[in-house]
Amino acid sequence: MDSLLLDIVIKVIFALLFVAVIMSLAAYSVLGERKVASWIQGRVGPNRTALPGISAIPVLGPQLVKLGIWQPLADGVKFLFKEDPLPGHVNKLYYCLAPCIALVPALTTMVVLPVGQYMDGDVVKPIILANVDIGILFILAFGSLGVYGIVIGGWAANSKYPYFGGIRSSAQMISYELAMGMSILPVLIWANGPNSGLAGLSLFNIVESQQGMWLGVWMPIPAFIFLVSLYAETNRLPFDMPESETELVGGFHTEYGSFKFGLFFVGEYAHMVIGSAVFTILFLGGWNFLPDFGIESLHWLSDPWALMPNWLGGPLSVIYFIGKTLFFVFLFMWVRWTLPRFRYDQVMTLGWKYLVPGALICVVAYAIIIGLWDIAFAIDQTPAIVE
Amino acid sequence: MAVKVVDRSPLNFWEKTYMPQVLGGLKITLDNMLRPKVTLQYPEERPTIPDNYRGVPTLVRDPNGREKCVSCQLCEFVCPPKAIRITPGDIDDSDENAHVEKRPKDFEINMLRCIYCGMCQEVCPEEAIFLQDIYSVSGYSREELVYHKAKLYELGGTLPDQHYKWDRKKEAEEKVAAGGHH
Repeated sequence: MDSLLLDIVIKVIFALLFVAVIMSLAAYSVLGERKVASWIQGRVGPNRTALPGISAIPVLGPQLVKLGIWQPLADGVKFLFKEDPLPGHVNKLYYCLAPCIALVPALTTMVVLPVGQYMDGDVVKPIILANVDIGILFILAFGSLGVYGIVIGGWAANSKYPYFGGIRSSAQMISYELAMGMSILPVLIWANGPNSGLAGLSLFNIVESQQGMWLGVWMPIPAFIFLVSLYAETNRLPFDMPESETELVGGFHTEYGSFKFGLFFVGEYAHMVIGSAVFTILFLGGWNFLPDFGIESLHWLSDPWALMPNWLGGPLSVIYFIGKTLFFVFLFMWVRWTLPRFRYDQVMTLGWKYLVPGALICVVAYAIIIGLWDIAFAIDQTPAIVE
Repeated sequence: MAVKVVDRSPLNFWEKTYMPQVLGGLKITLDNMLRPKVTLQYPEERPTIPDNYRGVPTLVRDPNGREKCVSCQLCEFVCPPKAIRITPGDIDDSDENAHVEKRPKDFEINMLRCIYCGMCQEVCPEEAIFLQDIYSVSGYSREELVYHKAKLYELGGTLPDQHYKWDRKKEAEEKVAAGGHH
């Protein structure tokens, strides 16, 4: 009984840690966005917010201020203390519910997200909240729920532009969800192939199966399709149809202000962080250090964390994973400040006419390639399923 | 008239995918991002003001501390927006500069009217008014932005003088008075 209680307490602490990390990553990617935007536009970006006390430390303090480290704090406090308007013409229940619905799925998906590994005796185990064997399905299902926040928000705001934003968002979501799901299939075929020796949809298995070669390297087209769909699903430019401030004022959040808008905002960035993490897991080998090309003597290259003691290897694998993730968060921003927004019909054309068929072709092609590969190299290691 | 035939060949496969353009764009923005910033952090860093800059008009003294303006009012007359108003005054006989005869009792420049054209400086026969390097003007009221004589001398300070016109005139007069020839 005591051990059960301890288990629960540890899980709760772990979960709180997860939320804290993801939320601060989301908050700091808002800062990152502003900084990257200004750098790309030849500006300096937020560099004034100072925290009394810490900013007085010589050298370090002014440097942190220059980097805008305290800006997210100021932004959050601003959102908290602003007047929270509730327009008279909105559907009050759904209007208040929508921002929460936008944020919650992003935070829910992190439950099945492995972020690193540790050694339990000789067995490699993932650092994860719940190692369910349908991980990727769970993420796809809950990730797509985020659109409900936008659709409900757009509808509840009871005015034209938010409504357009909501409609566009749902159409876009439906179009790109298909391509996204299909672009993952080659990954799953590979991860469940005989030479991985593992089975299931768990994200940990997918990472383990990439020790030989990161999938993004030899599956560039599915990776690209997934990335494009990810941009569409997270409503980031060049696909930010629901918001499109030039046409729809602010799109779905036109009628929102103060903390409710803040929730939408953080939700978008949380989606972005989670999406980047999922991409890293699926196509960039998760926390694997470098590919080892399936050579046994090079195994330390892909998994140096296993050779270290747990107190070192575990955190290092997490840090390495977060590093890869942050690169993709940066890519999100880089693309945002480079590409203009697609026209609505272009979004639809791209989704239905190119990405969906492309993903289908990839599924078939990679099924054949992986099948041949397994027959040629790995059939003797095949577990019982094939027999 | 010569006809220029523009190449309108159809897009090839790569161009149709947009990818070369997208990657090119990403490279441009990355280059831009890594370029050193030229931003001047204004209140902390100040721009370098060139010598011939036309800032706030100020009144100056010569190195002996004599106020150079003799209230001839040329600047007042030339000032296109009529920003200058001078109240001329006599110099008391007991003053060591009595030979200069006149100086302004008050000298007002309305900084809300001034257009920084520099004509006052150009027209001044005494080299008494200069547009110097002050570029940041602010105040809480209209009255505060009408600069009076004291403020104008405070801003102007002392500038080197090449002529010492009035001193030499006085010297010459004294020589004549002492019987020397002119």
